[in-house]
Amino acid sequence: MREIYLSGYSNFIIPFMIGMIFVLSWCAIGAVRIILQLPADDRKKFFLSLINPRIMLKNIRDWFCDCLFHVKLWKRNKLLGYMHSSIAFGWFMIIVIGHIEVFLYTPERMHQVWYPIFFRYFVAVTENTMKGSFFFFLMDFFLLVILSGIVLAIVKRIRSRFFGMRRTTRASITDLIGLYSLWSIFPLRLLAEGFTADISGGSFLTKSLNTVLHSFLSDQMNMLPTWWAYSIALCIFMCILPFSRYMHIPAEILLIPLRNAGIKVRHARKGIAKLQVYSCPGCGVCIDACPMSAVKANIKDTTVYLNRQIKRYNERRIEEISDKCLLCGKCTAVCPVGVEGDKMRIAQRSLRKYNLAPSYANIDENILISRCNKFVNTSNTNVTSSKNQKVIYFSGCMTALTPAISKATTSLLQKSGISYEIMDKDGGICCGRPMMTAGRIEQAEEMIAKNTAIIKASGADTLLLSCPICYKIFKERYDLEGIEILHHTEFFDRLINEGRLSVNKEDKKYAYHDPCELGRGCGIYDQPRNIVNMAGKLVEGEKNRKESICCGGSLGSLTLSFEKRKALTENALNNLRIASPDTIVTACPLCRSTFNRYSDIPVKDIAEILDEATMKRKR
Amino acid sequence: MSIFGFRISPSSAMNLDTIDRSRFEELCRIEPDAARCMSCGACSATCPASEFSGMSVRKVLLCLQRGKEEEAFRMMNNCMLCGKCTMVCPRGINTRHLILSICRIYDKEDKR
Repeated sequence: MREIYLSGYSNFIIPFMIGMIFVLSWCAIGAVRIILQLPADDRKKFFLSLINPRIMLKNIRDWFCDCLFHVKLWKRNKLLGYMHSSIAFGWFMIIVIGHIEVFLYTPERMHQVWYPIFFRYFVAVTENTMKGSFFFFLMDFFLLVILSGIVLAIVKRIRSRFFGMRRTTRASITDLIGLYSLWSIFPLRLLAEGFTADISGGSFLTKSLNTVLHSFLSDQMNMLPTWWAYSIALCIFMCILPFSRYMHIPAEILLIPLRNAGIKVRHARKGIAKLQVYSCPGCGVCIDACPMSAVKANIKDTTVYLNRQIKRYNERRIEEISDKCLLCGKCTAVCPVGVEGDKMRIAQRSLRKYNLAPSYANIDENILISRCNKFVNTSNTNVTSSKNQKVIYFSGCMTALTPAISKATTSLLQKSGISYEIMDKDGGICCGRPMMTAGRIEQAEEMIAKNTAIIKASGADTLLLSCPICYKIFKERYDLEGIEILHHTEFFDRLINEGRLSVNKEDKKYAYHDPCELGRGCGIYDQPRNIVNMAGKLVEGEKNRKESICCGGSLGSLTLSFEKRKALTENALNNLRIASPDTIVTACPLCRSTFNRYSDIPVKDIAEILDEATMKRKR
Repeated sequence: MSIFGFRISPSSAMNLDTIDRSRFEELCRIEPDAARCMSCGACSATCPASEFSGMSVRKVLLCLQRGKEEEAFRMMNNCMLCGKCTMVCPRGINTRHLILSICRIYDKEDKR
């Protein structure tokens, strides 16, 4: 390679340099600010994680898989995955190979940051560098990959359904500027390199374009304007980047190590929450996922729009969106970058100031303890009890409204010969989760302390729950050392495996509905399915497991009215009815009563069908 | 005037004219649901906090309407926001949001 210009400089690099300096300084200041906003212990945790080789390895893997290859999008839809990874990985490779070329041919220019970007303008090909044709080929190959991705992106703007997306985000004006400048960067690069390919060398794409161009445009003066256009396109993209959704590109790079360090959202607008907002690529995957999107008016209340409003500091809308959400956690489950929409909303709710603060100090837990420390000894002679298990059963507020569940659960406990006690048969203290979702964390902690004292004093070794809402907070926030916390699906699955409950399979089709808090909230998918499979034939809804649709009854939403929830429930029911089951089975008392309100087929709790299936044997 | 051995006791009726209703009106503006309550008592029957402080959304609303704010605050003190009242309300009142709004609008310290 021979250099054409001694200075290695041309005026057209100025726009590029302006954009580059602007975006780099913006990101650097932003990163420092976010790290400074972290609470001190989190910051320490983050820095320690950076020297931990295991976490660092995971960071590197995630950087490649998430930022460059978009593995999560590939899993969602092949075309969508290809579109994103072709642009991201292709661009990354062009930058890397560009630097390799400079390093090999003009090492003295390494300090000139624009050199790898506009390499072809500054050099001419010579006889002895023909071995570089390998790199020329790679450059053209990746440029082609990017261009194919951009063609797909244009198609996606017109028909997003091809990419498995029913709805996409409405782009804001800055997003559109970013989008069009991004689309124009690579065709302009191809054109610019096409004009210079006869001097600087090229491969299948640029060389052939050069021949075509020269057949009707012989003037060498066309070269400079195209390089200028390429540089200006880069400048516009980089200058608009911080104000558009493309901010997700740099933000995600910082989000990955913070997430892997195990840092949680604590303040709704500071630290990692802020970073998550900026990491939101506005892809709109959460729009189709959100159960509220069943009603068109709710589309603007999805996580992607929450992030946009936070970026705009639109406080009125932020409050509205945060309060409306059902907190089913589906947007978090499907998000390709890991924005935690549900946690951000709870954090936002906790910022609100209230004048009246409930307190539970007047509740005497000794009375509550005396109600639940007797333990009924069920002497079932049919079953030999191997260990002397003492189960305390906390049915929870919602189960109190569906007594069939607690009846079936106690009946099953009796059948398997376990000594048990019901913690809240005559009323008790709420688990605290509804208070927590309303953002009143102090009050929730107070209830947690009361319940912990009661459970510890009861002398039980297992805490059994039939409500996933309770189960989630017991798992996450309660400190019950030595006491095993089990949801009834886990517990009964274990009893069946141990042979303490024998189940008669019935000739019935059951569609299992994954309750949000049990599935996405606690990751329990298989145990309930095992039970349903033992009791009958299990069929799945169209969307299941991680993508199951919230029943619409969730306590998470503060503002969604009774009437407005109907459409959401019906949408979730239609999803479950797809395999025409005889009964819909769920494992949450709230889902059960919500579905029962509008369902034309019976809705039962898993404990009920298991109780029915074990009843026959006894008779 | 002859005394017959009994007298008319002072009226126990509340004089609504002497009560500052501005807070309650503000509540009704923010929460139109507050006016929809028909005092059926379904919420009183299910409330887990009623055992501890006599909490009931029905009573809280009546108390606030009648200016007996102290009593309402005392009852609400044990509300756990569990949502049982929302589930059973035949009028479909979003009681949880109603309670949160009361917590926001009313103030214990501020005696007018």
